[in-house]
Amino acid sequence: MSNLTVQPSRPAPAARPGSAPARTGRSARRRRGKEPAPQFRGVVSPHTLKSPRGRVIYWIVLVAVVVGFTVAFVFPLYWMVTGALRSPEDLAQMPPSFFPESLDFEVYAEAWDQLNLGRFLGNTLLYAGGALLFTLAIDVTAAYALSKLRPVLGNLVLGLMLATLMIPPMVILLPAYLTVKDLPIFGWDLLNTPWAIWLPAAANGFYIFLLKRFFDSIPRELLEAAQIDGASATRILWSIVLPVSRPIIGVVSILSVVTVWKDFVWPLLVLPDSENMSISVGIASLSAQMPQNVLIAALVIASLPAIIVFFVFQRSIMAGLTAGSLKG
Amino acid sequence: MTTMTVQGSRRRKQGAFRRGVRRNLTAYGFLCGALICFAFFSWYPMVREILLSFQQTNFVDPPTWVGLENFRTVTEDSAFADAWINTAVFTGLALVFGYAVPFVAAIVLNELRHAKAYLRFVVYLPVMLPPAVGVLLFKWFYDPGPGLFNQILDLVHLPALSWLDSADTALISLVIVSTWMNLGTGTLIYLAALQSIPGELYEAAELDGAGLFKRVWHVTIPQTKLILLVMLLLQIVATMQVFIEPYLLTGGGPENATLTVAYLMYQYAFNFGDFGAGGALGLMLMLVLMVFSAFYLRISRDNQS
Repeated sequence: MSNLTVQPSRPAPAARPGSAPARTGRSARRRRGKEPAPQFRGVVSPHTLKSPRGRVIYWIVLVAVVVGFTVAFVFPLYWMVTGALRSPEDLAQMPPSFFPESLDFEVYAEAWDQLNLGRFLGNTLLYAGGALLFTLAIDVTAAYALSKLRPVLGNLVLGLMLATLMIPPMVILLPAYLTVKDLPIFGWDLLNTPWAIWLPAAANGFYIFLLKRFFDSIPRELLEAAQIDGASATRILWSIVLPVSRPIIGVVSILSVVTVWKDFVWPLLVLPDSENMSISVGIASLSAQMPQNVLIAALVIASLPAIIVFFVFQRSIMAGLTAGSLKG
Repeated sequence: MTTMTVQGSRRRKQGAFRRGVRRNLTAYGFLCGALICFAFFSWYPMVREILLSFQQTNFVDPPTWVGLENFRTVTEDSAFADAWINTAVFTGLALVFGYAVPFVAAIVLNELRHAKAYLRFVVYLPVMLPPAVGVLLFKWFYDPGPGLFNQILDLVHLPALSWLDSADTALISLVIVSTWMNLGTGTLIYLAALQSIPGELYEAAELDGAGLFKRVWHVTIPQTKLILLVMLLLQIVATMQVFIEPYLLTGGGPENATLTVAYLMYQYAFNFGDFGAGGALGLMLMLVLMVFSAFYLRISRDNQS
């Protein structure tokens, strides 16, 4: 498992757009603002691009891509937001009107009340927030112990944790469900309690791997100096390691919240009581009984938090996406 | 003199030993939360998955060993072959779309000098939606009467399709949803990989007289070979577990046309109450997926060391 202690590669001063890890922060963004970066070159040569023919082709491709992407990825969302506002007759009309005929936001209020969305959203917030706290508390301390305290059998423990990444979640779904239903040794039934979401969420080898890899890159001298000054391991973690690790902690936090928010199968199984359902499960379970426009309005409300989070934390989310992947 | 140094070194050794013990105790103190969580929710279920598939249990009496009985139940079910074939076809189709399209999209995006931030944002937008929302949204688009897709077909004077209601089109309809929801991930990962290719390679290829497609073939693809391989394996593992699409869109129908292995496993356990048979099916899926996982592990290890 020695390969897992690789230092994260440090970005060169002039990072190419998009390749910089999260922790280069704002300055990279500013530098990146002025595209095209002079040193960047792709398949097409700058010379071809400058020729009149190249310029025309470039703009045609650009417009095609922008239009294509907008139609493919934004239009369905536009259709969803306005679809809720349409009357059933408007929806059935052929061909459909591009704009809804009337703007009546009543349906959103109706969806909120009828589907008990406040309750589902509150539940989901509780599950995601608790999962975040448990994940951070458990995974940060574990990664710190494995990276800096290096106990006996530490590598074996890390290896066993990483081995769980090789097991796809779907294939241990049934035994995991049975474990939660009747916890071994303690005999507790965690079904319909938030613990069924919080504790399994914290057992994440990928987050421990990300955190450990980052902690490994913190210079030893920094910690040794603190140790000579008499700082305890807890104190070193709290006052030195955590402050410098803010970027990676941000990435792990967002990944863990988004993962719990998006999850469907696990909450479907372990939170069967309609009082405790998460938003995804709640909407899905009530979808058959609802008028179509009410259901669509509920879908809009359910996707808003995710889209807002994406707007705000774009950079961390995309950094998290490439954090675990290999260099090409 | 000598005795003193021996004593001194012994004391030092004892001190080091004590420090070592204390360091290990602290370390395991920090680790205990993770060890408990992993033990209960990852390691124990992995072992139990194997036990489960050889046992018959009703959750009242202690489980009984039944040998290969569960495997016989599962394989003799006429749905067994359907589920595996559908899963394989789904994975294959999802690869064709979900693997090639993001790569081409990433190559094109990489060449563009404008609207980059917008395009990156837009392509990742569906990935952020909760999958249940995306799937239910498409269920509405697939509506055989006035659904959006049939309205679009009508606009261009094509006959309406029955999408989820026909055994011919149901599976491909699931692939479309799944691809739409996950395309962004691949695109952004490829984009990051493409940006680490040194521009000089393209320059050199161009000087050698390589045209646009030859440059892609001889520079881009070899340079991203590793990430392409890794994504191939990850995608196979991810799409072979498909569950939420058949669960919410079709319930496995029509005529088992969208029944997948994961969904059949769920059915055994939660509809028929046969966790043993479900476990047996889960174990088979695990063995198949472990092959791809092992390849993945090997590649990433070879390349990091």
